[in-house]
Amino acid sequence: MFFTYLRRELRRRIKAALVVASGLALGIALVIVVNSVSNGMGKAQDKVLQSLYGLGTDMTVTKAASASTGDAQRPRFRFDAQNDGDDSTQSSDRVMVQGFQTLSASTVTEVGSQSGVSDAVGGLSLQVLKVSGQFTRGQFQQGGGGFQRGGNGRPQGEVRGGGADFDVNSYSVYGTDVTKPGLGPLTSSKITSGRTFRTTETDAEVVVADSAYAKEKKYKVGSTVTIKGVRFTVIGIATADSGDSAANLYVPLKQAQTLGGAKDKVTTIYVKAADSKRIDSVKSTIRKNVPGTTVTTSADLADTVSGSLSTASSLAANVGRWLSLAVLVAAFLVAGLLTSSAVSRRVREFGTLKALGWRSGRVTRQVVGEAMVNGLVGGALGIALGLAGAYAVTAISPGLQAQVGGTGGGPGGGGGFPGGPGRRTAKTLEVALTAPVSLTTIVLAVGLAVAGGLIAGAFGGWRASRLRPADALRRVE
Amino acid sequence: MYELSNVTKRYTRGKDTVHALDGIDLTIPDGDRLVIQGPTGGGKSTLLQMLGGLDRPTAGEVVLDGTDLARLSEARLTRVRSESIGFVFQSFNLIPTLTAQENVETALVPLGIKVKERRELAAEALESVGLGERLGHLPGEMSGGQQQRVAIARAVVKKPKVLLADEPTGNLDEGTRDEIMDVLERLWKEHGLTFVMVTHDSTLAKKAPRLATLRQGRITVKENAAT
Repeated sequence: MFFTYLRRELRRRIKAALVVASGLALGIALVIVVNSVSNGMGKAQDKVLQSLYGLGTDMTVTKAASASTGDAQRPRFRFDAQNDGDDSTQSSDRVMVQGFQTLSASTVTEVGSQSGVSDAVGGLSLQVLKVSGQFTRGQFQQGGGGFQRGGNGRPQGEVRGGGADFDVNSYSVYGTDVTKPGLGPLTSSKITSGRTFRTTETDAEVVVADSAYAKEKKYKVGSTVTIKGVRFTVIGIATADSGDSAANLYVPLKQAQTLGGAKDKVTTIYVKAADSKRIDSVKSTIRKNVPGTTVTTSADLADTVSGSLSTASSLAANVGRWLSLAVLVAAFLVAGLLTSSAVSRRVREFGTLKALGWRSGRVTRQVVGEAMVNGLVGGALGIALGLAGAYAVTAISPGLQAQVGGTGGGPGGGGGFPGGPGRRTAKTLEVALTAPVSLTTIVLAVGLAVAGGLIAGAFGGWRASRLRPADALRRVE
Repeated sequence: MYELSNVTKRYTRGKDTVHALDGIDLTIPDGDRLVIQGPTGGGKSTLLQMLGGLDRPTAGEVVLDGTDLARLSEARLTRVRSESIGFVFQSFNLIPTLTAQENVETALVPLGIKVKERRELAAEALESVGLGERLGHLPGEMSGGQQQRVAIARAVVKKPKVLLADEPTGNLDEGTRDEIMDVLERLWKEHGLTFVMVTHDSTLAKKAPRLATLRQGRITVKENAAT
């Protein structure tokens, strides 16, 4: 009887039921879209941070570069002018430690032994500046046609020709600890050609090239790259997940240390915590026990993200959340009032049922049941609408710009943030926004639908339960 | 058997107090057939609601088979209504979305009877009022007389002790009125019901073995020698 009565009543009042369901659907759809867009923002942010950190890294330990360090490392090139007719190319490259002051390799061990640290690995960031070309000497030509001498007896004339035709190539090299391939910036890239380092290649003259850089320089697996006179063989091409790699070239750490003249030195220590929920306490421990370093977690780094990603994220978190809350509250109220009004129109019906011996609870259940169905229909519509909205956002995939580190460094005053080479200044990354709908969001939507039905049912049920049969029958006579 | 003593019902309407019932003393033996007449606003429907446990008196006792309905809890009063009292209303009060059979079943729902048995009982009840062919019809698809027959079937399907009818023919034409009264009389006799009916219709009142008249909340009862 319950379901028959419920079904027939809903069919009779289908317009009112649809109004209630549509209101709830709108609110629920908004919640789904806002939630999924927020999730998408989170994922975009994670992607940005991942491109800096690599997978599995919970925090980095660095030491900020001092002001004098930069001046001292300013590269200086000396070339001898070539004689006329000599068209040979001269080249020279300078390798500099990039970004941070170096830390002793023993610091990696020290950090790795801290409580709560699961693993730690060091890396060395280098910047290579290569100048190559021809530097020809000018030729002296005497003035006029004859042999003249000036008042001082010297020949009269001028130097003509000569000059320089050179190319400057600047690229980044990252020295990676090949014995621990699971940690460090190379983990944010996939090997799309060739292979990655073997754990035995600790001092091998091999290099993994970033795909974008390899394309620019036409490097393939098997090509050779000369850095500071050392010929490295390209063993693999890596493509960064975010499209933005940590370095142009990756070499074994020991090779990088040799190239940079930084024996047993690293610039960044990548740390994996034993428990991802205790990152803050691990951070405190490292800061306390390894003084003079800057420990930066992904949360710190997230604070430095600005640009349209940050703006959109903040919009979704604030305006979106409040808007969906307001629509939901309005939908709940409208659903409640419409249900209550429907009960008022059915006073005689409910009065009759009570006269027949229906308990108030049974009548209330009938009203709540109808409201619940409205809520669930609204929920189903809202979920469909929300999924369509989220799908549309994902299909359009609007591009968002994320500026990382523009604020001048994370907490701790490190004067920068961790990551690969060339990451000291603010960096702009382009990420596509998606709106992934999680199971939690769907559960939340169903919960809201049930809540909407219950609230509406409570309004109507309260009225129905208070109806006295005599009053109900008297009012219609 | 009903035993009403000093039943009083007062309503407050704005600043005025209305005495709908003013010290009613009345006994209705089991199997009796009582017709209540009187002018509009005389308290007829109010008295019927007291008898049916739909309302409580301001003072006095409404005793049905030794139980004072005025003092029962709401739950127990609901139980008495569901088991012992059948109602027939002037406007039929059928649920418009339910079929004739389902409308009759609504009276059996509070008794916890299983669906199959409920359907059978409802069908039998409708058969007994001449609507065996109309089980699946909605109220909107039936005439006024047929709707009132459905309401009567709903009132008697649970085999109550008491049948209370409030102007059961008030909305019907003369021919249909007589049909409905024939059905009610037959059921009264067949089931041995205590039958109390409120009516404005003098023709019907004259046929009643006992006639009560309510004026300004006061009652007078007389036996009808002609019946």
